[in-house]
Amino acid sequence: MKARVHVMLKTGVLDPQGEAVRHALGAMGFDGVKGVRQGKVIELDLDAGVTEADVEAMCEKLLANTVIESYSVEMI
Amino acid sequence: MHAAVIVFPGSNCDRDLAVAFEAAGAKVSMVWHKDTELPAGVDIVGVPGGFSYGDYLRCGAIAANSPICREVATHAERGGYVMGICNGFQVLTETGLLPGALLRNAGLKYICKTVGLKVATSDSDFTSGYNAGAVINIPIAHHDGNYYADADTIAELQAEDRVAFTYEDNPNGAQADIAGILSANRRVLGMMPHPERMADPVHGGTDGVALFRALTGALVTA
Repeated sequence: MKARVHVMLKTGVLDPQGEAVRHALGAMGFDGVKGVRQGKVIELDLDAGVTEADVEAMCEKLLANTVIESYSVEMI
Repeated sequence: MHAAVIVFPGSNCDRDLAVAFEAAGAKVSMVWHKDTELPAGVDIVGVPGGFSYGDYLRCGAIAANSPICREVATHAERGGYVMGICNGFQVLTETGLLPGALLRNAGLKYICKTVGLKVATSDSDFTSGYNAGAVINIPIAHHDGNYYADADTIAELQAEDRVAFTYEDNPNGAQADIAGILSANRRVLGMMPHPERMADPVHGGTDGVALFRALTGALVTA
């Protein structure tokens, strides 16, 4: 079993990297991109029996910094 | 005063910090990240700058969960002194010993230069050697030094006089120009600039010396 964790900067926290990507897209001629937010995807290969709640605990303790980041867990 | 300097894989300011403590009269023990206890009688723990664990995941995140960091947290909870510089500040926010987080610099660039810092409070054993409002010159060297905390936390830090240093000319987008903060008991300091790199005439200045001397003086007499 696997879990996929998406970690994003919270709304309202400045994302200068996403902003730089947005500028680059505009400079390349891709019009109409109003905003870019950059996050990360972490895939976990899990033993049977590891629950979504366990993965959420991993997010709270290490995978995300909840001061600045939000996360979502997808069991796949 | 007995200082412990933590060494993580990727720390690169550990020896500079040790030299600055020693020059101020402290006995220094270097402590490896896998150690599970601090040496007996340690007064202050220094968490140095560098790139602990290659800055993987987030700066300071993996170091904050290393065995020795549990001991550092216990030391702080007992009222012990802790000082985190640069990557050390990032580690201390990741452990929760200090509020907030350090984001990527607003201009996206790694910045390495000497900056003007205002001593925002002299009411701590770290900053008592300076006059409040004095401007000192201390180098910064970071990519993720943009201090962020929610508005309530910033207001609380300011109301409790827990902002230790502010930038004269904000280089990284930090909220309220914050360069360094204190814990509620004023015994944990985190700062992005490097006072240990301005602690000997050969560094080009000695504005960092007063911090180490003030600490040694306070902890010898404590």
